[in-house]
Amino acid sequence: MTEPCLKVSDLHVMYDLGSSGFGPRKRLHAVNGASFEIAPGETLGLVGESGSGKSTIGLSIMRLIEPYSGKVTLGGTDVTGVSRKDVRTLRRRMQMVFQDPYSSLNPSMTVAQLLEEPIIIHRDIPKAERATMVGAMLEAVGLHAGYAVRYPHEFSGGQRQRIAIARAMILHPELVVLDEPVSALDVSTQSQILNLLKAIQAKSGTSFLLVAHDLAVVRLMSPNVAVMYLGEIVEAGPSGRVYDAPAHPYSAALISAVPFPDPERQRTATRIILRGDLPSPMNPPSGCRFRTRCPFAMEICSKEAPPAVPVQGGGTASCHLHAHGPKLGGASLLPFIKERLSASH
Amino acid sequence: MTDSAPLLDIKGLTVQYPSPAGWLTVVDNVSFSVGRNDIVCVVGESGSGKSVTTQAAVGLVQPKGGRVTAGSVMFDGQELVGASNRVLNRIRGDSIGFIFQEPMSSLNPAYTVGEQIAEVVRRHRGVSRAEAWKRAVESLDRVHIASAATRAHAYPHQFSGGMRQRVMIAMAIACGPKLLIADEPTTALDVTIQARILEVLKELQRELGMSVLFITHDLGVVAEIARSVVVMYGAQVVEAAPADQLFSAPRHPYTAGLLEAMPQVALERGHDPIAIPGTVAQAHAWPKGCRFNPRCVHRQDGPCTTVPVPLAIEGQGLVRCALVDQLRPTLDRRVVTP
Repeated sequence: MTEPCLKVSDLHVMYDLGSSGFGPRKRLHAVNGASFEIAPGETLGLVGESGSGKSTIGLSIMRLIEPYSGKVTLGGTDVTGVSRKDVRTLRRRMQMVFQDPYSSLNPSMTVAQLLEEPIIIHRDIPKAERATMVGAMLEAVGLHAGYAVRYPHEFSGGQRQRIAIARAMILHPELVVLDEPVSALDVSTQSQILNLLKAIQAKSGTSFLLVAHDLAVVRLMSPNVAVMYLGEIVEAGPSGRVYDAPAHPYSAALISAVPFPDPERQRTATRIILRGDLPSPMNPPSGCRFRTRCPFAMEICSKEAPPAVPVQGGGTASCHLHAHGPKLGGASLLPFIKERLSASH
Repeated sequence: MTDSAPLLDIKGLTVQYPSPAGWLTVVDNVSFSVGRNDIVCVVGESGSGKSVTTQAAVGLVQPKGGRVTAGSVMFDGQELVGASNRVLNRIRGDSIGFIFQEPMSSLNPAYTVGEQIAEVVRRHRGVSRAEAWKRAVESLDRVHIASAATRAHAYPHQFSGGMRQRVMIAMAIACGPKLLIADEPTTALDVTIQARILEVLKELQRELGMSVLFITHDLGVVAEIARSVVVMYGAQVVEAAPADQLFSAPRHPYTAGLLEAMPQVALERGHDPIAIPGTVAQAHAWPKGCRFNPRCVHRQDGPCTTVPVPLAIEGQGLVRCALVDQLRPTLDRRVVTP
């Protein structure tokens, strides 16, 4: 087996919220023991709702937030172990594309300057050659090489995101973290960017960590997906298996909540509506963190955190329903959910 | 007035906003209606004019520097274009309720949610404080805020985003409006919260018998809630149809393009999304002829690029496409069986 491009083991991230002057310092456990791998040239989709910790994982892999504990390796190099100074050299090998192309590009720099900056910082390449690289990169993201002299404000949102992608890709990184890369764009331009990312990956063999709340986008882009809830990965596996045969009630609810553009289908769809709100991450529920909103919570759920169990068809799910209660043994939750919902009506 | 007359009837509405280059037409001759007990969705991307249309309908563009240059808006037998502020203030918040995308900026952080809802009721209905408070609690209960009587004493910051949006809905329905205008009410929310809000809206519409005018960019949400749909592009209506017809047999290449461009959670389409090329048309440079023509894969020089294309009747709806007759078989979406 080839070595993974990115390996994350038992990653914990804490936000220090300081002290009110009394009592202990408050800390928010934003990521609670996340582990996953991404193979070279592959994409892992990280989905979850706001506050689930998905963006925090992306940022801590880049060391833009310091992890509390755990280990991140990029192509065999320990990212978490190197000094802050050496992280800089590592960033040549991993880059990031942010959600908002209006605030992630310096408005006072031309496109040429924006794209040259990473080359100047990380590599010693003469000016003429840099200009060739910039022109070629712009064309690779579907923009005219002549646009290099323009400023970001002269472009639309979709074009700016192309520039941000060009900037991230220009040093041929091994990994790019895409944090909500299309959610600020109009529907008609979203697919342009998604198709571009796929084409670039096919050519360059770069691995992507795609952080997104849009489940449809993640399914399109990622052969593998991890679902997060309140700082924990609750289910992971091949996208087809997770979407069509979810083994965790939260994944099932999340997927069923996505409105599908077909009124006929919507009328017959089984929808799991979650009651209540996301609990405060300052004070997460005992045992299973999802139990306060889970329609199928049992007694054991408040006592023990569910272990990750293997799921039929690949991946894992952390839910007591597999070993207790109905003892589903790693099967899809959908038949069980349908039965329960029809019994309650 | 008969009962068959629509509740809201917008005809030929045209709105302009000032720009350094002169007045820009951001809503161009828009007509559609909302029936009684009806749910109509207006769909469009940024700059399509979907929000401005509804703001103009209830007299909210003049305070922002815009002007309505033509058209008529009949609401329940009354003309709203040119109506005095006194009349509009009486209607807004009373027979027409509103909810917006960002609930936090629409709620006053210094008052409890109960006080804010009761204030609306008192202003419009002139009832006693006690009666207004009672109605506020009832409204919160209607949108399924648990232990509403207690929660009415809480401040907006003590609610989560999804609950705040339900508080906004409670405020909008407190006076029992005939029409609820919802402008991207779920766009800032997570999908599980969105599902809950849409469920609450559908339930209220059924139980209170009100009509809903829902503005969104998300065709999934449209499929979930709409009876009929108005698609806007470049400040104009490009297609209007009953929801089932629009999704199974879109007649405008823009509508069909949007449906093909959306990634989907279920892989029934059998191919990757097909992006619409180019970028959204802008008010300072509307393309000549059909405004979608520079991005349209079916464009023909001449019919699409020279003269404005009128809206024409198509089935139970309307479509603005010069090539509608020849595109009909191409645009029909094959029926997918789950």
